[in-house]
Amino acid sequence: MIKALIKKEILLEFRQKSTIGGVLVYVIGTIFVSALCFKGRLDKPTWNALFWVISLFTSVTISGKSFLKETGGQALFNYLHYSARDFIVAKIVYNMAFMLFLSLMTFFFYGFFIKDEVENLPLFLLILLLASSGLAGILSLMSAIASKANGNFAIMSILSFPVLMPLILVVIRLSKQAVDGIEWAGVSYDLLAVLAALNVLTLALSFLLFPYLWRD
Amino acid sequence: MIKQHWYKITAVLLILYTLVWGLMNRVPRLDILNETIRNVYYHVPIWFAMLFMMTVSMVHSIQSLSKNSVKHDTKAYNAAVVGFFFSVPGLITGSFWAKFTWGTWWTFQDPKLNGVAISILIYLAYFVLRASIDDELKKARIAAVYNVFAYVMMNVFIMILPRLTDSLHPGNGGNPAFSKYDLNDAMRFVFYPAVIGWVLMSYWLFQIKNRISELNELYHE
Repeated sequence: MIKALIKKEILLEFRQKSTIGGVLVYVIGTIFVSALCFKGRLDKPTWNALFWVISLFTSVTISGKSFLKETGGQALFNYLHYSARDFIVAKIVYNMAFMLFLSLMTFFFYGFFIKDEVENLPLFLLILLLASSGLAGILSLMSAIASKANGNFAIMSILSFPVLMPLILVVIRLSKQAVDGIEWAGVSYDLLAVLAALNVLTLALSFLLFPYLWRD
Repeated sequence: MIKQHWYKITAVLLILYTLVWGLMNRVPRLDILNETIRNVYYHVPIWFAMLFMMTVSMVHSIQSLSKNSVKHDTKAYNAAVVGFFFSVPGLITGSFWAKFTWGTWWTFQDPKLNGVAISILIYLAYFVLRASIDDELKKARIAAVYNVFAYVMMNVFIMILPRLTDSLHPGNGGNPAFSKYDLNDAMRFVFYPAVIGWVLMSYWLFQIKNRISELNELYHE
């Protein structure tokens, strides 16, 4: 059932090519504006901060729509045909993949238009992976809440930004180490552990809490 | 509804005792802190009261979800309002303390200060979310889900993250709690009663809020 739901998400995404194209234009547009503003005069901490600010805003904007389709008749159909747990697992898995794709795209265009400062690339990619799965876990639930609360975009960002802060702060500090090219022996593993634990925590909470948003 | 008076009297007596005796008792003479060390009797217990109220709010939200009751949700909201109210004196006493020890009203270097700012944003978001839903039952469920999630995230922020990084607060960044203050026996006799007093006081305010919302409900019926 979960597989079928993920397949449905992918099909829907590619059927409306406007969304995936819109995402790319959004990412490139934001990065290009930043590139023009900074004109390459970025030191490493600024590079790092700007990258994550762009990622944060993109993911909140993009995943805000994750549940917006699921209202009205569609919501009733989902409610009758799927179980809540299957549904949220499928959403989160799909959003994880989508966020990973999104952050890789952001990284690529960011490196292309601004510059690539990362010196410890494997560590940076690991952080990207963990960050996107954490973002997907939190934002899926927030999107579900926002869609129930009349689903306007302002609510989505108001709800998401404060609860995303712990994740983002841990990620920024870790990615600073990747940007500075710290060797694997010197990486702060307690921060990595906190990041992994945050992932597990948000997934567990979404899994537990989502069924209560389900019945309407 | 608890109508007993013992805990209200205890709260008032304990707070009066700590307000007066906190200014009079002997405290260790430490560099930089000097006499401001007495703020440990006011600043810290107020934050304890706020955290206590947020915990009460979270517990009521869980009950509201499991029993599907609007009543528990109203209580969760009231507790969050009282907790939010306590964050104001918590911030002001902290800000004054920071000015006279660290030399600034506010600093972004300290993870606890950032955590407090984020917690305030989280609960503001909770209030906005509640205001944006009209249907009572729906509001109860959705707000409770957000409240539980937000409580966990707030605790990650103010309990776990400060312990990993350098903080100006004691008990963080490898400093064991309170040893920096040399919280000696004389201070303990004020500090612990202050914590109990402020927690009881917050509970009293919570009960008053509950009674007001019950009367409001009766009035509108």
